[in-house]
Amino acid sequence: MKTRWTRKDLLGLRELSADEINLILETADAFKQVGTREIKKVPALRGKTLVNFFVEPSTRTRTSFELAASRLSADVINISAGTSSLAKGETLKDTAKVLEANHADIIVLRHSSAGASEFLAQRLKSSVINAGDGAHEHPTQGLLDLYTIREKRNKIDNLKVVIVGDILFSRVARSNIFGLLKLGARVTLVGPSTLVPREFEKLGVSISHKIDNVLPDADVVNLLRIQHERQRKEYFPSVGEYTQLFGLTKERAKLLKPDCLIMHPGPINRGVEIDSEVADGLQSVILDQVTNGLAVRMAVLYLCGGIATP
Amino acid sequence: MSATIIRNGRVVDPANKRDEMVDLAIVDGKIAQRSEVSRLRQATASQGGKKSEVEEINAKGLIVAPGLIDMHVHLREPGFSHKETIESGARAAAAGGFTTIACMPNSSPPADNPSTIAWIKDRAAETGCVNVLPTGAISKDLAGEMLAPIGSLKQAGVVAITDDGHCIQNHELMRCAVEYARMFGLPVLDHCQDYNLVGSGVVHEGYWSTLLGLPGWPAAGEEAIVLRNILLAELCDHHIHCQHVSAAGSVRLLREARARGVKISGEVCPHHIALTDEAIQYFDTNFKMNPPLRAQRDVDALLEGIADGTLSILASDHAPHADFEKEVEFDAAPFGIVGLETALGIFIDLLVHKHGKIDIGRLIEMYTIEPARLLKIDAGTLSPGAAADVTLIDPDLEWTVTIDTFQSASRNSPFDGWKLKGRAVRTIVGGETAWKL
Repeated sequence: MKTRWTRKDLLGLRELSADEINLILETADAFKQVGTREIKKVPALRGKTLVNFFVEPSTRTRTSFELAASRLSADVINISAGTSSLAKGETLKDTAKVLEANHADIIVLRHSSAGASEFLAQRLKSSVINAGDGAHEHPTQGLLDLYTIREKRNKIDNLKVVIVGDILFSRVARSNIFGLLKLGARVTLVGPSTLVPREFEKLGVSISHKIDNVLPDADVVNLLRIQHERQRKEYFPSVGEYTQLFGLTKERAKLLKPDCLIMHPGPINRGVEIDSEVADGLQSVILDQVTNGLAVRMAVLYLCGGIATP
Repeated sequence: MSATIIRNGRVVDPANKRDEMVDLAIVDGKIAQRSEVSRLRQATASQGGKKSEVEEINAKGLIVAPGLIDMHVHLREPGFSHKETIESGARAAAAGGFTTIACMPNSSPPADNPSTIAWIKDRAAETGCVNVLPTGAISKDLAGEMLAPIGSLKQAGVVAITDDGHCIQNHELMRCAVEYARMFGLPVLDHCQDYNLVGSGVVHEGYWSTLLGLPGWPAAGEEAIVLRNILLAELCDHHIHCQHVSAAGSVRLLREARARGVKISGEVCPHHIALTDEAIQYFDTNFKMNPPLRAQRDVDALLEGIADGTLSILASDHAPHADFEKEVEFDAAPFGIVGLETALGIFIDLLVHKHGKIDIGRLIEMYTIEPARLLKIDAGTLSPGAAADVTLIDPDLEWTVTIDTFQSASRNSPFDGWKLKGRAVRTIVGGETAWKL
């Protein structure tokens, strides 16, 4: 029996079933087609209003959602922390209630606090789409990564996926872990022990601190950005040492199987977590991820937007 | 002369090692001699149809206990009366069965000076229906940098010093505070939290913090300071009391130190034995408190610590906050929950009925004479001549927590809708009924 979409919100991949994830990916297939047409617009959300509510700054995710909404013919408003009443001391709840009172159908929220999207979803009739909440989840990034893997490898089940970098503070890592495990992949986390705590093993993944040991078997390597501007310095001694121990250098890339995919959610730090030539190499699908992000976000907005009845 | 006789109850008075079915007499606000009981009983009988001058309370099926003492309460006045006032907090205390509460100094201005202590005492005398005992700050402005005027605070009437909500990180300053407090016999109460280890942590560091991406607060952040306090209590030969102990390692450290005779003690709060960190999974800020809800192994260790006497005091850490303050992002929400009106019910339900860790006599002891001895206050007994602070407890009464009926000005409880067995049904302060069910 075909799965039906019943959720008004997309808050994370942990709460979704494998069937629901597959439904989103299949829906994205159809929307990916739309992007190749001369007229890249469909009327699916005509008359609906989407608010891009970005309390934490972002360019690529916000742009992707804005484009996705435009292609679905929704009206889009962008609000950032500096321009919202949050800067004047209004609470998140009150700001969101004001948006809802203006008949916003879908609110896409990016926020620095884990749980912020769930907080709004519990209190609003509008759809809430999590565009990243603290270190918790970034479900559309997880979905576009799954979509890209499925597209390039024709399956996800049983693939060996290695995620490298700052796992502790990464919402991208968490959404990837939850989604990949549900679809049957085997996940190994790699990074300094300060940023890859042992507790993650309880989620059903393996942990390694020796990247050279895991690269030869990998079907996918997903490199996370080292957010050195944000982190406390104690987590590793220097960016140089990080690159030496965990960076995907040209030399290390030779360990990879020829069909292994190299992924990165961006923005990339060339020369830190990945060498410039590797990022631009044949195995890299970094720009495919961006393109697929659009299709996946159209699918999510279409599915959730069809449920909400504010 | 005003007189009351509490009849047919089970008097449990751990300080006097009493547990018997006996009537208790109150005359002029004090516990009367036993000989008074029969005289008052006759007086009520001889009145016949006329209205008696002796009030008679039927305590059949009830426990007649010394008035309970909660030594860890935030009353929020002065400065935060939108969360709680001394008046509303005292009413909440009475409704929870408490006749005496010690209030923490993190008001605004903080209770780091004698005038604020005097103001709190005046306000409590005017508006409080229970005994309110102020504590004073250890450091000026609770900033952990300079000592507060501890001698003047003592003269103003504080029962202890504490920077609760904050923790002095400088071990040398803490040592000086403990040495100095010894001269006045003032116990030092400490909120045990190492700021470097805890960082921006808001929930227990473990499985759920990992899963939810919330900043973790490692148990070691408490244990490190508990150990520091053990060393300083030993060094200074003066009492340090560790507030709201939450971690298994803290219990182990306290057990070892107490066995060696170190002047150290620990208290436990209801939420730390009733809940684990699993409760935070929906980001409900009514489960956010400091120290945080921890793992099952910590809960088990706390229960063992209560059973073997390592943790000797029960307290609520009643921390009221307004709805609009709590209804925000998890990171941004203030720590703390209200507890006065649920604490006794949770402790009886869990410790006596569900887990059978202690009997009701020990529970009453941990809520009466244990804190009274620590704070060196004349309370917590039913000795003749003592102030008639009495709590009537129905240990088997089944009831449902309903936050809308709270006397507290705030509603930030994680226990709304909980079904509990056991509660206070009447609270008598100085011979007068302050609250009854």
